[in-house]
Amino acid sequence: MGDSQYSFSLTTFSPSGKLVQIEHALTAVGSGQTSLGIKASNGVVIATEKKLPSILVDEASVQKIQHLTPNIGVVYSGMGPDFRVLVRKSRKQAEQYNRLYKEPIPVTQLVRETATVMQEFTQSGGVRPFGVSLLVAGYDDKGPQLYQVDPSGSYFSWKASAMGKNVSNAKTFLEKRYTEDMELDDAIHTAILTLKEGFEGEISSKNIEIGKIGADKIFRVLTPAEIDDYLAEVE
Amino acid sequence: MSIFEYNGSAVVAMVGKNCFAIASDRRLGVQLQTIATDFKRISKIHDRVFIGLSGLATDVQTLYQRLVFRHKLYQLREERDMKPETFASLVSAILYEKRFGPYLCQPVIAGLGEDDKPFICTMDSIGAKELAKDFVVSGTASESLYGACEAMYKPDMEAEELFETISQALLSSVDRDCLSGWGGHVYVVTPTEIKERILKGRMD
Repeated sequence: MGDSQYSFSLTTFSPSGKLVQIEHALTAVGSGQTSLGIKASNGVVIATEKKLPSILVDEASVQKIQHLTPNIGVVYSGMGPDFRVLVRKSRKQAEQYNRLYKEPIPVTQLVRETATVMQEFTQSGGVRPFGVSLLVAGYDDKGPQLYQVDPSGSYFSWKASAMGKNVSNAKTFLEKRYTEDMELDDAIHTAILTLKEGFEGEISSKNIEIGKIGADKIFRVLTPAEIDDYLAEVE
Repeated sequence: MSIFEYNGSAVVAMVGKNCFAIASDRRLGVQLQTIATDFKRISKIHDRVFIGLSGLATDVQTLYQRLVFRHKLYQLREERDMKPETFASLVSAILYEKRFGPYLCQPVIAGLGEDDKPFICTMDSIGAKELAKDFVVSGTASESLYGACEAMYKPDMEAEELFETISQALLSSVDRDCLSGWGGHVYVVTPTEIKERILKGRMD
């Protein structure tokens, strides 16, 4: 801090009006593993590829889909360590809200606060933007909700969305397959088919992760056995 | 003399059938001298939540302003009104923030929650919440109020009967307390309307 030549914000505007670091962050997201989310009429499902660097990695210890609260879950595309930091901060914000109001935080509020954190890292000195985009899935009094949050801090509510390597194919596939009155189980099948579209190699319960939340308002990550059942139904 | 008894106050809230009533006295005093006879102790947070504050008058006013501020921001951010239970938790948190230099007030919170179910609670000056199903009291006349309410209250009263009961309880209790009185201010709130009435009691 102080004298260094580089103690200015990395996110200063370029002459074309862009923040170059954010563009690069989005590139980092775009080269991450594919993840997607679908909002059904009675719940939300999020899913991601879980390609590990080597067969020696203990895949049961890797958990890409995380809880933020009992009724909100999140998945990412991009840099894993940045995701961990955001999950930690979001969990703290959710719990602070709960402690103040003795009420679970609404999904929109948590998304907004997480997005605010991400935006702060695009306007402070000596830090870089987060290299992740998040898909937040939750179920509260307003019903099922799915939000995407980008490294710039902008967030959008989606009926279905995808991020990462295979984003354009996945989104085209989702556009064709999505219907307004889809139920949660249909959504899970569609999610698996979408992941399968751009999958290199054989899809199995060991190299994908699926999380879902239904009208019971409890977010759960599916066990490999459950994923196998869904995979069998899709075949 | 305790600082809580400096200005004198009496606040009471009662639960009825899908309605609630909240009432206070109107005296503002400086120890034995009466300064005003129209002091507002009960304030509306929104159409379905009211708060009555007893205790030191300056803290009554400041605390009310802070709470309205917080609620307005909540309304803007969350695009909805606060539920009474949520509001009570907020008041409790704000009071505890000043644990070692507290606001010298005791709030009484009354509201209509989900499905028009009435909610009342009180807390001490550092935020210890006390929920009740029937009535809550606060202020210099609280001991008399406890007795009067216990005797006069019955469950599931309609709005008009609730108004009569709370008014009688308030007026008879403040008559036994030299620091509160000079009339009464009663709000009876149902899901469809808010009825505000001024009571004329013994003007001493």
